Amino acid sequence: MIPFEYYVLLTLLLFCIGLIGVLFRRNLIILLVSFEIMMNALMILFASISHYTKDVQGYIIVFFLIALAAAEAGVGLTLVVLLYRKLRKVYADEINYFRG
Amino acid sequence: MEGVSFEVVRSFNLSVFLVPFLPLLASVITLIFGKRYLREKPYILPVSALLLSFLISLKLLVDVLSGKIYEFDLYQWMVVGSLKVGLGFLVDPLSVMMLCMVTSLSFLIHVYSIGYMKGDPGYYRFFSYISLFTFFMLILVLSNNLIQLYLGWEGVGLCSYLLIGFWYEKKSASDAAKKAFIINRIGDFGFALGIFAVFYYLGTLYYHEIFPRLPQIAQTYINIGSYEVHLPFLISFLLFCGAMGKSAQVPLHTWLPDAMEGPTPVSALIHAATMVTAGVFMVSRLHPLFELSPHAMAMVALVGLITCFMAATIAPTQFDIKRVVAYSTLSQLGYMFMACGVGAFAVGMFHLFTHAYFKALLFLGAGSIIHALHHASDPNDIRIMGGLKRFMPITFWTFLIASLSIAGIPGFAGFFSKDEILVYAYFSQYPWGKLVWFVGLLVAGMTAFYTFRIFFKAFFGEFKGVEALHGHYPHESPKVMTIPLIIISFGAIFSGWLGIPEALGGGAHFQRFLEQVLGHPKLLPVDHAVEYLLMVLSIVAGLMGIGIAYLVYVKKPALEVFFSYKFKVIYNFLYRKWYFDELYHRVFVVPTLWLARTVVNLVLDSFVIDHTVNGSAKTTAFSASLFRKLHSGIVNYYNWFILLGVVIYLIYIFIR
Repeated sequence: MIPFEYYVLLTLLLFCIGLIGVLFRRNLIILLVSFEIMMNALMILFASISHYTKDVQGYIIVFFLIALAAAEAGVGLTLVVLLYRKLRKVYADEINYFRG
Repeated sequence: MEGVSFEVVRSFNLSVFLVPFLPLLASVITLIFGKRYLREKPYILPVSALLLSFLISLKLLVDVLSGKIYEFDLYQWMVVGSLKVGLGFLVDPLSVMMLCMVTSLSFLIHVYSIGYMKGDPGYYRFFSYISLFTFFMLILVLSNNLIQLYLGWEGVGLCSYLLIGFWYEKKSASDAAKKAFIINRIGDFGFALGIFAVFYYLGTLYYHEIFPRLPQIAQTYINIGSYEVHLPFLISFLLFCGAMGKSAQVPLHTWLPDAMEGPTPVSALIHAATMVTAGVFMVSRLHPLFELSPHAMAMVALVGLITCFMAATIAPTQFDIKRVVAYSTLSQLGYMFMACGVGAFAVGMFHLFTHAYFKALLFLGAGSIIHALHHASDPNDIRIMGGLKRFMPITFWTFLIASLSIAGIPGFAGFFSKDEILVYAYFSQYPWGKLVWFVGLLVAGMTAFYTFRIFFKAFFGEFKGVEALHGHYPHESPKVMTIPLIIISFGAIFSGWLGIPEALGGGAHFQRFLEQVLGHPKLLPVDHAVEYLLMVLSIVAGLMGIGIAYLVYVKKPALEVFFSYKFKVIYNFLYRKWYFDELYHRVFVVPTLWLARTVVNLVLDSFVIDHTVNGSAKTTAFSASLFRKLHSGIVNYYNWFILLGVVIYLIYIFIR
């Protein structure tokens, strides 16, 4: 039986990887991937909590999160493609269309 | 109702409802559809509505004479605690008399206006307004509570404003309209306070609840500042402020002569016969309240007296025919208030009733003359008239009847009512009765004088307006105008016959009828011999007035110029209307304008308000210039901000 702390460490690691990707990478696709990684960390956390507390709620949330993540990825990728077609740019720091 | 057995009908009565609402319906339809669909004949609806109203009023008169009183609530607008505001009708001898007077005159004046206003671009507008006015006037007289009285009161004020400023392209007309409106606001402010006070101290606004509760406050004194004020006097005074404004009594009288800028039928209906008598009506309606305080009665009598005398002195110096008649209206309204001030309310209402007919007749006669002279640059000027008897015989005769009536010549309506006032004043228990009688007698003579002044100047001598009319001669007015004149002249003779006093063998039916509501005046024992003497005196005063007018304006026209030069100071004083307009200009208009232009405009407007407005814009711009630096438009930075936010939030949770 793997201890619960290992799962927490795993999710923390995954979340930080995702976060660092979000903060430091410039490519929009990579940004999206990083978001997915953070989301996955969350899902693992929910699943493990559910597993250890013998409570089914966490699993249900995980299913919702999977559906949400799929939808989010679909919309996000679409937006990125459209943005690329429009501006021919794919690096986030080059797109400062809304500069105040 | 004092000891009189009336059958009170408390259920809804359609005919009472229809009397005011038919004119309203006609007015609204005419106003909305008049411009497009009723351009040629906009008068059909209002005239027929008024005719119907008049017939229904006659039916109601018969009902009341047979001992019925209608009192019912039509609609409750709001009920808050003991405050009830609603629409209710009260038809008793007092209101049914007003009802018949208003609807009959309004109908005839509507008919007259068909001819008088013909060809005016605002033909439909005129009929709509004047019907609306009739509606509000009927609401005023029919109301059974003070709030509805106030509604009618303000409504007639509004219509008066609209109709004085009917020819609004003319600056003097729109100025006069504003003046009338503003001066009435001053009075109505007091009136509203009076209504509040009635509600505050008596807890109700309905007449039939107010009167039984009056003894509660009869001896109440309240402190204002360091003065003990008799509460009934205070309330009466506040209510009377409204009456002073609406009935144009000193010191709020200056709007009425200016109101003559409106079309003549308006002057006849609103500014002579009906609206301006609303004050007298209100005082009579609330007479138990006024009678609680001798000071209030003295105030009413005194204000009436001053107005009566002042107007009678100004009238002979004016040259605008309508202004002269307007001053005579002021003077006659003063008469009515004098009657109220000596407790003879029924007689005051009697004079109101007869006055409505002969004064409307005077105005419509003047209107007929003006209509004939309307090519002149100033058709109201009596200096271009003269010799009109030849051109306009019907106007001549009807004007003569009205003049004789107002001069108090026996047999005509004005004689009976005026004489009753003088007799009741003389025998009144109030100490100022004799003074009222004396001034009343004096003014009776002056009234005869200035009325016959315009009569002689207009109808006798040579016609002087040939130049002003570019060689034309005046002509008699069309039938649609002369027939109402003839009908009203019957009123100006016979309306007085309803109340021939006992001393002359009559039954004083009119007064007895109203005294059922208005109470009997407190009189000293009446000596019939003295009463005859008083009558003879007032007849002599009237005849003397006519005689002097004949002497000055027909026999020796030079005298007119002679007097105005000989007593130049007095003449100027009177010609400038006792300098009331100048006084108000100095005391109120100039300081107000100064306040507006310096304090409000320079300090408040350009400093406080401008700086507030500009300052808020500048603050926004300044803070924006700081915060826009954060708004780089780069998503990565925003991610950092989010992280920062989350971290701060977490720290906050931990250290809490």
